[in-house]
Amino acid sequence: MSDTVLQLGIVTAYLLVALGVGVFAYRLTDRTAEDYYLASRTFGTVVLLFTTFATLLSAFTFFGGPNLAYSAGPEWILVMGLMDGILFAILWYVLGYKQWLVGRKNGYVTLGEMLGDRFGSTWLRGGIAAISIFWLFPYVMLQQKGAGQAIVGLTDGAVPFWVGAGGITLFMILYVAIAGMRGVAWTDTIQGVFMLGIVWVAVGWVLSAAGGATAATDAVAASNPEFLRLGGGLYSPQWMLSTAISIAFGVTMFPQINQRFFVARSKRVLKRTLALWPVLVVLLFVPAFMLGTWAAGLGVEVPADGNVVPAVLEAYTAPWFTAVVVAGAMAAMMSSSDSMLLSGASYLTRDLYRPLTGRAAAVDDTLGGEATVARIGVVVFASLSFVASLYAPGTLVQIGDTAFSGFAQLALPVLVALYWDGTTKRGISAGIAGSQLFYIVSTFDVLGRLSNLLIGRPAVALPADYAGWTPAIAGMLLGLVLTVAVSVRTTKSVGEDPSVYAVSGAEAD
Amino acid sequence: MSARTTRAGWVWAGSAVLLSALAVPWFLWRDGTVVAGLPIWLWWHIGWMLLAAVVFSVFARRAWGVGIEEA
Repeated sequence: MSDTVLQLGIVTAYLLVALGVGVFAYRLTDRTAEDYYLASRTFGTVVLLFTTFATLLSAFTFFGGPNLAYSAGPEWILVMGLMDGILFAILWYVLGYKQWLVGRKNGYVTLGEMLGDRFGSTWLRGGIAAISIFWLFPYVMLQQKGAGQAIVGLTDGAVPFWVGAGGITLFMILYVAIAGMRGVAWTDTIQGVFMLGIVWVAVGWVLSAAGGATAATDAVAASNPEFLRLGGGLYSPQWMLSTAISIAFGVTMFPQINQRFFVARSKRVLKRTLALWPVLVVLLFVPAFMLGTWAAGLGVEVPADGNVVPAVLEAYTAPWFTAVVVAGAMAAMMSSSDSMLLSGASYLTRDLYRPLTGRAAAVDDTLGGEATVARIGVVVFASLSFVASLYAPGTLVQIGDTAFSGFAQLALPVLVALYWDGTTKRGISAGIAGSQLFYIVSTFDVLGRLSNLLIGRPAVALPADYAGWTPAIAGMLLGLVLTVAVSVRTTKSVGEDPSVYAVSGAEAD
Repeated sequence: MSARTTRAGWVWAGSAVLLSALAVPWFLWRDGTVVAGLPIWLWWHIGWMLLAAVVFSVFARRAWGVGIEEA
């Protein structure tokens, strides 16, 4: 029991330190929207890199990934490497740099503003915000679920699930309400560095107790020989590529990541960050996911609904160290969630609340009454997702994949609009609406449920895969085809202005 | 945009596709050889990611703006 008290003390202390940083950042924040949401576009290399990185690091990567490596083998490293180290880096340039220039030229704060302005459409602007907030929901829920599981695992069930999930909910609401983007980014940086360090300590500790990497891998070869052979089981080429592609594109459309495309201080910052992506990804994911794989060889038992990382640490290291890692993981979930809630709040106030109150064209930059709307929105949203986290089925990876893939549907229509002047309002609207509709109908088995309701049995359903490729990829292609085909067949409406996306690079100076 | 920058753009686009295509060593499919405690396909991936970092840094220094900044 004293171990449990010590462990809970460590977790609480860590979260309080993070909160302290937020309060400090709050004192430096002006009461303008650009400063609250974008820290006045002043992030340097380290802060931008780690705030984006820590935002990517969530329950999905830190618990879900090792769980998958534990149950299906370490190929997940390749999927995450391709996804976050290469595809995301390329999109960092293709989407990110372009958006940064366009945002700087026209003063955009959200993706919805950027598209709404170009296509002269308040509907498009509000639609993007609504879709984004919709897919944010399962992902915030995933963090709460991860935190709840972490606390249950750490205390062997002495502290129930809802306390962990509820605690993190409370923390992130507090955090977003006071800190703004600057505080979020600072804690992200501290957490990113901390996680990177701690995962290597964890691997070193476990391996020295288990007799080294070679011995641990030999144990895997003996217990799960399939794990070391590339591919097989869950890992088909189509599945690996589908997952890497849909998540990489999905990441770029996440409000909290997309908004970071607007916050770099200078072109130099974006340039420096590019080459660091693959390095960071290798440094973090190889040890984290190998830990899950080695745990399988070492015969570590993972309780149902539990996570492998705390289980293997519990078995091979000290209780206080397990608590430190769990605290780090919970902090990572918090930094993901508070970024999401902050960006979600800016979507809500700027792209839904303003147009609904007849202030679509507002350019004033004071937070004022909108801050109250944003805070109420955050509290309602986080509370609903907390309740949902108590009941939602599915593993962390499944829930995360659903959310990422929902966002991925937005990416190709947006890319086409950014680079092709011939894109029309009807074209991009068809691409976005069509792919979202397809993906939602496919993921939530809408046809099966409807037919069950009408004739008492699930008579029809969309295919679960397309020659091995996931519905997410099929939906992305559909969105691309619809955007281009409808644009070619329609003419520009009044108010469309492709020239707002023309950039020379001089904006950067 | 001049013909020269257009050509450079295609070369960089080709490099991006190649970097993506071989991040997973498909030619080692179903191979389970272990070297120095890790599967050999994982060593390939680690090396490939470092190569990607080098390519990205060369791109950032020499060709940044290709395909985006219009004259």
